[in-house]
Amino acid sequence: MELFVFVCATVMIIVGALGVVLRKHPVHAALSLVLTLFGIAVMFVAQHAEFLAAVQVIVYAGAIVVLFLFVIMLLGVDQVENLKTEPLAGQRWIAGVVGASLLGLLAAAIYTGADSVVSRGEGIASNVVGDNPDANIQQLASSIFSDYVMAFEVTSILLVVAVVGTVLLARRRTAGKS
Amino acid sequence: MSAVFAIDPLLNGELLWTPLIIVLLKVLAVFVTGLVATMLMVWFERKVISGMQNRIGPNKAGPFGLLQTLADGIKLFFKEDLIPDRSDRFVFKLAPFLSFVPAFLSFAIIPLGGDFRDGNNGMVTWFGHATRVQLADPPVGVLFALAISAIAVYGIMLAGWSSGSKYPLLGSVRASAQMVSYEAALGLSLGTVFLVTGTLSTSGIVAAQNSIGNWNVIATGVVPFAIFLIAATAELNRPPFDLVEAEQELVGGFNTEYSSIRFALFYLAEFMNTVTMSALIVTLFFGGPQPISFRGTVLDIPFVPNGIEGTIWLFAKVLVFLYIYVWLRATLPRFRYDQLMDLGWKVLIPASLGWFMLIAAQRLGRDQGWNTLIVTTVSVAILGASYALLQAAFKVSAKQRAAEGSMF
Repeated sequence: MELFVFVCATVMIIVGALGVVLRKHPVHAALSLVLTLFGIAVMFVAQHAEFLAAVQVIVYAGAIVVLFLFVIMLLGVDQVENLKTEPLAGQRWIAGVVGASLLGLLAAAIYTGADSVVSRGEGIASNVVGDNPDANIQQLASSIFSDYVMAFEVTSILLVVAVVGTVLLARRRTAGKS
Repeated sequence: MSAVFAIDPLLNGELLWTPLIIVLLKVLAVFVTGLVATMLMVWFERKVISGMQNRIGPNKAGPFGLLQTLADGIKLFFKEDLIPDRSDRFVFKLAPFLSFVPAFLSFAIIPLGGDFRDGNNGMVTWFGHATRVQLADPPVGVLFALAISAIAVYGIMLAGWSSGSKYPLLGSVRASAQMVSYEAALGLSLGTVFLVTGTLSTSGIVAAQNSIGNWNVIATGVVPFAIFLIAATAELNRPPFDLVEAEQELVGGFNTEYSSIRFALFYLAEFMNTVTMSALIVTLFFGGPQPISFRGTVLDIPFVPNGIEGTIWLFAKVLVFLYIYVWLRATLPRFRYDQLMDLGWKVLIPASLGWFMLIAAQRLGRDQGWNTLIVTTVSVAILGASYALLQAAFKVSAKQRAAEGSMF
């Protein structure tokens, strides 16, 4: 059963990821991204991280990709791009190198952390109590708001700074025009 | 996988035939209930609206025109299915299903009955197996409904875009902006409910509301309920928030180019969502299948077993909210677009956040044994100060925009 779920979700993720890269139309690429995000949500459920799965769907599929689509529709960039031109010289070559090194980094991380991944020793779901449906959320909350509270707050400051910066940049441009 | 399903004892242990049949029966029951409820809702809305407008309304097909929806459905099935030339064919065909399927999925987590009184947790016994009268009780509970409503945005958005036509595109851009903004208020107002009941699962939330004083509408103070009701109306794109399909401005809105069965799917999804959202409101704030009881006196329906009585109570409560939705449609004029955004971002979201903080402070005070009066005074003072700051910020930004000469 677990294998079946894993295979289905993996196929979803890989097909979606390929679609993001290979589809020429931005809207189709965004929809493929949704497929990938759903596959990851299924993976989370199979790993007993139900809360993460729900948040994955609500935040990523429900808000972020909707905003991507919103921008694509509003700015009217939904035409097929001409892939022959290369705005920055050699960017394809550099992108290939960066992509390969990221792959290497991920492989190294998985290789060194293989023990905890395989034995599931330190995951959030390690001691979920079957009778208590909220155990998952309680564990997540207690680790975010006690052990990692600093990282959590710093992340929220980062997001606020990003929002304020965006508003500032966007407003200055309109002021200059008028 | 066992831990995922462990909340329903039906699915523990060996996979047997009887539990499988019970689950299949539940799926069938939920699906049929959804379809029939939608059919009756369309009739109910048309009949009530015509009553409010001094007309007769549908009265030809069947007794009181009850079969009008069925007749309309059959007519729609046999109409020609048009696909516009400039449309994106795959997405155009996909969109109605993206809107129809979520409408049904969120019905799965609503407790449709069962015995919740005297500390029972809503279990009933069918063919020797204890189970709940609800299709699924996932650990994330209500978040599942939020996730599903987040998906429903895609149906409307892609329908408008893939039509390859201006007015549907305008309608769908409005829809996605509106639904994403109000989803924030919807989710934040739920925070208070989770805080008071201490659980996310729908059956747990229902079990916690065992008398009128414990109904979440009172236990959380009426504010989260009011915010949820307003945000839910906007999320459903129902009047007064139906800018998505403002006939005077956008022809027919996002579904202008749709015809035949695909149009029927959108139409069904819209009414299905109304029914589901009413049931969700009842589950979250009005005790779902719990009977009306006050200080131990239960308003009991005689001769009916408690398990079935839950279904009757749920039906009665949902009917009230369906009536309210129709009533709103008949009464209120449509919002202007900037009013809509102001209400969502400047009123509902700050209000739900502030109320959440107030309730959280109250709980903390009770847990720590602090003086309730002092806690309340201090938190109200802080909220007042935040409100003044917010208003000052609005005033400054309005002044700057006026100086720049832009209207919004």
